[in-house]
Amino acid sequence: MKKGFPNHPYIPNSVPEIEREMLDFIGLESLDDLHKNVPDTLLFKGEMDIPEAFGSEYELRRHVEELFSGDGDCKKYLNFLGAGCWQHYVPAICDEINSRGEFLTAYGGEAYNELGRFQSQFEYQSMVAELVGMDVVNVPAIDWPQAAATTCAMAHRKTGRPQIVLPAILDPEKRAIIENFGRATIEFVTVDCTEDGQIDIEDLKKKVGPQTAGVYFENPNYLGVIETRGAEISRIAHEAGAESLVGVDPITLGVLATPPEYGADIVCGELQPLGIHMNYGGGLAGFMATRDEEAYVNEYPSRLFGIAPTVEPGEYGFGDVAYDRTSFGDLREGGKEYVGTQAALWGLTAGVYLATMGPAGMEEVGQTCMQNARYAVKKLNEIKGVRANSAGGLFFKEFLVDFTATGKTVSEVNDLLLSEGIFGGKDVSAEFPHLGQQALYCVTEIHTQRDIDRLANVLARILA
Amino acid sequence: MKRIDRSKKVRTGFHQAKWDEPIIFELSTPGERGVSVPKASAAVAAAVGDGISDLPDHLKRKERVNLPEISQNRVLRHYMRLSQMTLGADVNIEIGQGTCTMKYSPKVNEQLARLVADMHPLQDEDTVQGMLQMYYEMDLYMREISGLDKFTFQPGGGSQAIFLMASMVRGYFESIGEADQRTEVITTLYSHPSDAAAPAVTGYDIVYVQPDPDTGLPDLEAFKAVCSEKTAAFMVANPEDTGLFNGHIKELVDYAHSVGALCCYDQANGNAVLGVARAKEAGFDMCHFNLHKTFSSPHGCSGPACGAAGVVEKLIPFLPVPSVEFDGKKYRLECDFADEEHGVSKVRAFMGVAPVVLRAYCWIRMLGPNGLWQVTKTAVLNNNYLFKRMMSIPGISAYYEDGNNQRVEQCRYTMEQVTKDTGITSGDVQRRMMDFGMHFWTSHHPYYLPEPITLEPTESPSKKDIDEYVDTVAHIIQECYQTPDIVKAAPHRSTIHQVDERWMDDPDGWAITWKIYNRKYK
Repeated sequence: MKKGFPNHPYIPNSVPEIEREMLDFIGLESLDDLHKNVPDTLLFKGEMDIPEAFGSEYELRRHVEELFSGDGDCKKYLNFLGAGCWQHYVPAICDEINSRGEFLTAYGGEAYNELGRFQSQFEYQSMVAELVGMDVVNVPAIDWPQAAATTCAMAHRKTGRPQIVLPAILDPEKRAIIENFGRATIEFVTVDCTEDGQIDIEDLKKKVGPQTAGVYFENPNYLGVIETRGAEISRIAHEAGAESLVGVDPITLGVLATPPEYGADIVCGELQPLGIHMNYGGGLAGFMATRDEEAYVNEYPSRLFGIAPTVEPGEYGFGDVAYDRTSFGDLREGGKEYVGTQAALWGLTAGVYLATMGPAGMEEVGQTCMQNARYAVKKLNEIKGVRANSAGGLFFKEFLVDFTATGKTVSEVNDLLLSEGIFGGKDVSAEFPHLGQQALYCVTEIHTQRDIDRLANVLARILA
Repeated sequence: MKRIDRSKKVRTGFHQAKWDEPIIFELSTPGERGVSVPKASAAVAAAVGDGISDLPDHLKRKERVNLPEISQNRVLRHYMRLSQMTLGADVNIEIGQGTCTMKYSPKVNEQLARLVADMHPLQDEDTVQGMLQMYYEMDLYMREISGLDKFTFQPGGGSQAIFLMASMVRGYFESIGEADQRTEVITTLYSHPSDAAAPAVTGYDIVYVQPDPDTGLPDLEAFKAVCSEKTAAFMVANPEDTGLFNGHIKELVDYAHSVGALCCYDQANGNAVLGVARAKEAGFDMCHFNLHKTFSSPHGCSGPACGAAGVVEKLIPFLPVPSVEFDGKKYRLECDFADEEHGVSKVRAFMGVAPVVLRAYCWIRMLGPNGLWQVTKTAVLNNNYLFKRMMSIPGISAYYEDGNNQRVEQCRYTMEQVTKDTGITSGDVQRRMMDFGMHFWTSHHPYYLPEPITLEPTESPSKKDIDEYVDTVAHIIQECYQTPDIVKAAPHRSTIHQVDERWMDDPDGWAITWKIYNRKYK
């Protein structure tokens, strides 16, 4: 069969007459004369077993819509899953802006042809800096786990010390990512957590010493608990000459204290709650933040856009700050880690979100999350055998629900909930076996009182 | 009225949008709101209080966040204006960003990708059977395109995929007890910097095999000189960023294998070879493709993205988890294949960037095997047409023209003759291109070739587009000789004028956020 696809809508020069004209111009007989430097032994002579092309855009649309028609999502189902990807309200303006073709299809131009890209990234950096209480924020990293991995590596490079202390309560997938990233140069040490889910201060004192580059902890942590002794943790790290490294969910920061207020030196976290759809996990984007000190700025692997004048008075321009620290600079592998395509569109989106929410919106969303989550805990605790937030720690939007006393496993409970149109919380019984049959529930501003009552009523019924 | 003269070949009348837009903080008016936020119901508040006053003081935020207060339509207008000052690939003739494969991103894919917006990555498998089927079939397609045996879509970008490949190399050698012996990764000058930088993060020493000065490609003798029992992997792009395909690649791969090393194929430049040459026939053990480049998912100002990484059978246990498997009835997430001790387990959270994978799936399904072949053939045809026209511009040339080479999908040109003649650099010409609504990328750093211009047309532009692009370059090169001051002072009709970058490397002067700008420049 003759190869090729004449007149394909995406390929203007597949028009045979044009193709002929261009071949004639370069003096070739046919398309087979291209790839002259690919030797016969390397030429692929088979057929790729890939379905023939759809005959029309309409057929593609029908196929994909039908493929996904049986799937559920968090609009069809009432969702209480979080655990690293959270359902918050996405203001319409966020989608409107991040689907603009000008932004969507931009990439690596200069501040002249892509001024909007530079300015929007600078503004995102600036607004997240205000939110987390730091001076400097990077163009986004892939996700929070990668941002946390880089945060640890930055502390290691800055201090020249080998050890990073990680908390016992940490998303196991995030731990795997951090440890895989750092293992060539970093030794990871685990600090215990107390029964209420916080860092065990006595154990921390034993684990921190002259070898410690940094102590990483999260607020709230993976299981939803707010760390109340952050200042003490930072003090212990600092007294040993180590860095205080704090991972944070930024949507908490309209109401919760910023990490620098309890001594953080490097902050990292996840941007997805800030106006980005979950996208089956594809909405994740990480950030790091520090003070504006050369010793920190020089350890970022990411691009950092800075504001600058132009030769025209009154005109804002932008450029790359300290470009040569990155692997795009002259040092290549001698630069800091590596840089490449990551998640800039989500940084832009987070900026739109923060500009739209403003100070009042961020305060209100935090408050609503905390009220709704507290209400859910209260309602669930009214169900016989169910114990929500049984350890009694402070929480923001996520909390553990213990089903052990119901005689059912979390898996069984979630199957029953699913049949009622509800995604129950993430089963953490395999990740933390000592906790028994517990699930991590997430309640945010998108949950109405009716949603929470419905969860409680269904649980009461299926557990009765 | 006289007929309006439109005989000009280049857009001398172009002017980019210039809104002179303030920084967003400057738009703030106290009290303005951009969106109203859901409140807890009165009954909820009655049951639990205000939610925050029972927090200890030291856990409460002390001051309101210093964010701008702006009405919704002004936020929208701000970002619409910023978008208008951004020449994405939807707007301009995107030929100039060599190595980046700036092809057309079909709009239907964009709409379909939004079907998955509200899916949570931990949803029960029964509720994501369509999603899992899509991942499963994409794995099968990528196997066909590469000839390798299994793919993961977890890496969130090409560089992270390279990092994954380096991590798998390390895991493999640990599993056979050779990790201590194999401390080096070999790469080439014209492969992406991440082919050096990412393996360095995994702890490898980086060794460069130098190109032959005539062909621009490393030959077997040069490779033998650097490849030894210390070599863990050969990490290479083919074609490299020069647009030259190394026809001797299999000899290098075979030699690397003969000393026990693995070979990793950076296929960021994969648009050159779809359906024409594959990783398998060249003997590679792993490869990665950028779904946001070759497979049309838009670049998004630089992500979100996906580096799809594939391996041969013996390396499947080192892939991250989970994979999608199918038992004939149901698709499910599977971790059983993984080597728990030496496998990589995870490089990115969850299943990677699903909308990017879905867009690539749509793109492949609109092309089929014949269309994929056509994509590559037209991309290479376009580039060779562009090459012949570019090389006819006085002062423009290309290194490694030994009479035998034919470029594949891109080319790194040099305008060193123009610089010698006029003092004007490729950076100057780059800025002048902006005055015509176009641009180009020079090169990765350091510039191994002087005064570089790296162009990659892809299959997307028409012949007319390519002609206009080359006519514009030719027009500017002529200006270099005739009216050099115009070029040196460019841009003139772009959004902004020349940026004064003196403070970008000065810790006392740089301003990475508005807060710092206001602190340093009162």
